[in-house]
Amino acid sequence: MAAVIPLASSAAGAPVGAAPPPPAAADPAAATAAERARAWMWARRRRAAGSGLLWALSILGLLAFWFVCTRYRLEFYMRFTNVPTPADVLQKLVEVNHSTKFITNVWISVRRILTGFGIAILLAVPLGVLIGRYRTVRDLLMPAAEILRPIPAIAWVPMSIMLWPTNEVSIVFITFLGSFFPILLNTVHGVTTLDPVLVRAARCLGASEAQLFRAVILPGVMPQIFTGLAVGIGVAWVSLIAAEMISGQFGVGYFTWEAYSLVNYAEIALGMITIGMLGLVCSGVIRVVGNLVMPWRAHSAGGNR
Amino acid sequence: MNTHNGGRGRIEVRDVGVMFESRGAAVIAVDGVSLTVEPGEFVSLIGPSGCGKSTLLNIVAGFVQPTSGETLLDGKLISRPGSDRGVVFQQYSLFPWLTVRKNVEFGLKMQGVPGSKRETSARTLLGLAGLLSFENHYPDQLSGGMKQRVGIVRALATSPQVLLMDEPFGALDAQTRVVMQEILTNIWQKFRLSVLFVTHDIDESIFLSDKIFVMTARPGRIKAEIQVDLPRPRKPEMTTTPEFVELTQRLRALIREESLSAMGGELKDGGLGGFGMEVGPSGVGAVM
Repeated sequence: MAAVIPLASSAAGAPVGAAPPPPAAADPAAATAAERARAWMWARRRRAAGSGLLWALSILGLLAFWFVCTRYRLEFYMRFTNVPTPADVLQKLVEVNHSTKFITNVWISVRRILTGFGIAILLAVPLGVLIGRYRTVRDLLMPAAEILRPIPAIAWVPMSIMLWPTNEVSIVFITFLGSFFPILLNTVHGVTTLDPVLVRAARCLGASEAQLFRAVILPGVMPQIFTGLAVGIGVAWVSLIAAEMISGQFGVGYFTWEAYSLVNYAEIALGMITIGMLGLVCSGVIRVVGNLVMPWRAHSAGGNR
Repeated sequence: MNTHNGGRGRIEVRDVGVMFESRGAAVIAVDGVSLTVEPGEFVSLIGPSGCGKSTLLNIVAGFVQPTSGETLLDGKLISRPGSDRGVVFQQYSLFPWLTVRKNVEFGLKMQGVPGSKRETSARTLLGLAGLLSFENHYPDQLSGGMKQRVGIVRALATSPQVLLMDEPFGALDAQTRVVMQEILTNIWQKFRLSVLFVTHDIDESIFLSDKIFVMTARPGRIKAEIQVDLPRPRKPEMTTTPEFVELTQRLRALIREESLSAMGGELKDGGLGGFGMEVGPSGVGAVM
């Protein structure tokens, strides 16, 4: 009986990446196979290096375009006459760091994002799971959510100022609103599309309703939650910058708008680039955390073409 | 051959009926089905698609409540799923976010068994299925046959008295299937479980079972109960013996009638020659 089982593992088909230990090195066929494997790895690395080269080219291209347009003050319908050059902005970056004003503005924006986005996660994920799992909760909350959802967070600015005691809280509220709905809706969608056979499997393995949430539903919707976070952080930044420009004191959005009022062209560009960088870092952090939290996704089918 | 595991794991289905609503009309899916799986017995349910065999299995699993009748496990009424009944599904049902070993440990974890103990029993089971070297792989890294082997040992981890299997090898290729059937008989003999196995594959049901229940097309009733007295352990060579072939023919004839009726219309044996089926005005709907 036992003899059948080892046979099975080869008959059932060996999966990729599960190569058995190599046999004696003297075997010429094995040697060529090893060579082929090495050549294949090199080809892969070359492709990865080529990819990195293209990325560098992409960023350098953008910088070059900016440089050429501003250095030669191009005018063709669009006017680059007043746009600062990359060197101007770099110089401004050094200059603003003589005092703590700029970095404080950056920090205040980051703090607002972390607070608003954090509260959005804490509310939207559990709510989304409950709405997705229980019909009663869905019928009770979704109609209201569907009415509030189409209102852009920026349209909430005047109302928000009336609602909350301080400007600071109202800006955080706007940031929260911007990320809340993408996270909520993606979570709901994740729960409703979770393969029911997984829930059944857990049930007949003895999982209680509470265990089901922790051990099956939460990990099962994790990919959609992270999709929601990726979309949500983008909307949160859009909302935050708009709110800072309209009602703000402090923050990168306020810094940029103030620069415009003071006709400080280099600071406008510096503010914009800072916003872009902060957004990039936030998305990057979410992607890295996502990969850490969902190690199984690295092995899923698909990937880069 | 009835092996006994201390008399535990007796499934009784008593006069079970299932109805559901379709387009405002009541449809009888299963009608008055009674069957018994003795402790340690391997029983197959076979029938044309849509005959309610999976529904019956889902009732025993506790996922579906029958409209009438009752099902019992060792004299206790079945009302919901529980770890005393291991279930292996037709679709792959491993948790993709857990490694192979953590999947096998899942049931024990739900019972609060401490980690080191879970690990030991999971590794023992994986060794039995020839998958110990894959314990830290994720399900997406496994082939279909490997996934189903993990699915089987995961269902066994909580030491259930019965194993319920819903066309578990339906998605596998023919060669893998045959090997999986051998593995299953080995596991079954080792664990002395009662097994209720749903399939539409005649050879598979004969190769595995002590007893086969043939179901009619909808509404699903028990059409015949067939005892398989082939010696154990079963070997692939047996499939060509006269006894095996005779059983195959008997079952094929029984199921053919039902398949024709399940396909709808007035399909009759002999009338298929010149595609000469007569589909009446009430056609498919009348039979469905």
